[in-house]
Amino acid sequence: MSIRRLAPPDIQPASFEFKLENMARAEKEIAKYPPGRQASAVISLLWIGQEQQGWVTHPMIEAVGVRLDMAFIRVLEVATFYTMFNLAPVGKYHLQVCTTPPCMLRGSDDVVAACQKHIAHDPFVVSQDGMLSWTEVECLGACVNAPMLQVGSDFYEDLDGPLTEKLIDAFRKDQPLKAGPQTGRFSSEAAGGATALTDPILYAKKPEPA
Amino acid sequence: MLADKDRIFTNIYGLQDLSLKGAMSRGLWDGTKKILELGPEAICDVVKKAGLRGRGGGGFSTGLKWTFMPKEVKDRPHYLVVNADESEPGTCKDRDIMRNDPHHLIEGCLIASFAMRAHTCYIYIRGEFVRERERLQAAIDECYEAGLLGKNNVHGWDFDLFVHHGAGAYICGEETALLESFEGKKGQPRMKPPFPANMGIYGCPTTVNNVESIAVVPTIMRRGAEWFASIGRPNNTGTKLFCISGHVNTPCTVEEALGVPLREVIEKYAGGVRGGWDNLLAVIPGGASCPMLPKSSCDELLMDFDSVKAANSMLGTCAVIVMDKSTDLVRVISRLAFFFKHESCGQCTPCREGVGWMWRVMKRLETGNALPEEIDQLLEVTKQIEGHTICLFGDAAAWPIQGLIRHFRPELERRIAAYSKLAAE
Repeated sequence: MSIRRLAPPDIQPASFEFKLENMARAEKEIAKYPPGRQASAVISLLWIGQEQQGWVTHPMIEAVGVRLDMAFIRVLEVATFYTMFNLAPVGKYHLQVCTTPPCMLRGSDDVVAACQKHIAHDPFVVSQDGMLSWTEVECLGACVNAPMLQVGSDFYEDLDGPLTEKLIDAFRKDQPLKAGPQTGRFSSEAAGGATALTDPILYAKKPEPA
Repeated sequence: MLADKDRIFTNIYGLQDLSLKGAMSRGLWDGTKKILELGPEAICDVVKKAGLRGRGGGGFSTGLKWTFMPKEVKDRPHYLVVNADESEPGTCKDRDIMRNDPHHLIEGCLIASFAMRAHTCYIYIRGEFVRERERLQAAIDECYEAGLLGKNNVHGWDFDLFVHHGAGAYICGEETALLESFEGKKGQPRMKPPFPANMGIYGCPTTVNNVESIAVVPTIMRRGAEWFASIGRPNNTGTKLFCISGHVNTPCTVEEALGVPLREVIEKYAGGVRGGWDNLLAVIPGGASCPMLPKSSCDELLMDFDSVKAANSMLGTCAVIVMDKSTDLVRVISRLAFFFKHESCGQCTPCREGVGWMWRVMKRLETGNALPEEIDQLLEVTKQIEGHTICLFGDAAAWPIQGLIRHFRPELERRIAAYSKLAAE
């Protein structure tokens, strides 16, 4: 397990309030569950909070607890248990590099090296301009498109050292490249053309029923 | 080789129309009402007869699992929860179902929920899959608009389908940890019994199934149990998504029949092992927790539950990780040990303390900075963890290391000897 603590008090903001549109999103999440079971929405609410603030703060945890009628410690447990919650500020573009074996075998070392060279030597160190930070993460579930990294909601796949440098460069200019495979591949089909589902009969137009 | 017409997921690469209309043109949502008219028992029977075994790694009969749910709904509602917390290193099949072919899953949720008399189903998707979640939600919204889901839908079975997401915890792929997480707690597995079919989410009868297990059901119902059972080998029937990653020329996801030779899958679909089959060193056949197999075991290996088990590993999720002769196997397993150390939920002492211990020894073995007797000590610790924890995570963390020692012990000994020789000089 990983030890995760909240950021020190001196960098915690004084308060937290969901923006109106985010509150509406939160209410929609809560409505998915039966009455009295609103605690099921705790991950969603913290997630929405993180999207708004960039990281999970002490007052945010309090606010979520109040809305969901949960004790502070219950929400704190969740915030520290799930590793996608950033407990301290990260760069505007936070590169999460997968280094688990399927990615490692295909060269995630080069991706990490590019991050170390162009962002910061150590993970979670935010670049001077506040734009970039990086970290190593566990398997992100895109193993046939390895190596890959995640930024925000997007996966950048089929990387190598130079492609990663190109990505970093674009993020620094605040002009992210198109997500997905960076080599012209469409998704998880074999590079150079799908090796299955090639029979055109599968997709032939069927005659409209009379 | 499986013919294209026998593949269930005809849009697994997302190259075709993603919309509901597109899915319907590929045969989905066709006669769903007629399927439901068969009744819950008959549906369970068809799935049982088809021989469908759980696709999330366990390999337990899906149809049989459904029959564990109470036959009548009393004061507690029934739930279906779909496990889309796909985080096993090497596995990326559910991702493709959800982003590219989601209607298989959605229709499957309706049929499976009906078979278990559930009016509500939740899909628990891992937090990292944001785009996949959006695609899935868009497909669900389309079905609601078309009256295929929701109250008073065209199928005559009131049914609500919700997407719930996590926030990065491998352990939530474990059935009962997923239920805990769903309820808004830390994802720490529960003691069994009571089993989820009796006490699942909110204390109500719940069944947890993998995405792929649910997503193949509509096609089985339409084409018949006999068709599904005719593919593959006895007791290992049907088709399965394979994710072929690592040192192959063109890694990809592909659907094939269970029981297909490993070599054929790698060479036909993934462009073969880098540098040719003879350059193969080892394969992890089913995702990170499955013990690796050396080339000699892979030459004739058939990819089905029973064959891979007979070879002393597991089929898992068919996530084939290929490693050629350039691979530093000790480093691979050491990295996996770190993965398990990072992801242990911390509930049971043997796992919480043991996985860190194993990782630290593995880290030293990478350079050979260890004593020869530490190999046996490490093996002993894996046995102390295996079977002594609430869930299977402890076992899963122990198996890769056991696989390494079983097949590549001389390599570990070589490193230790080389290191001490260098130190002495």
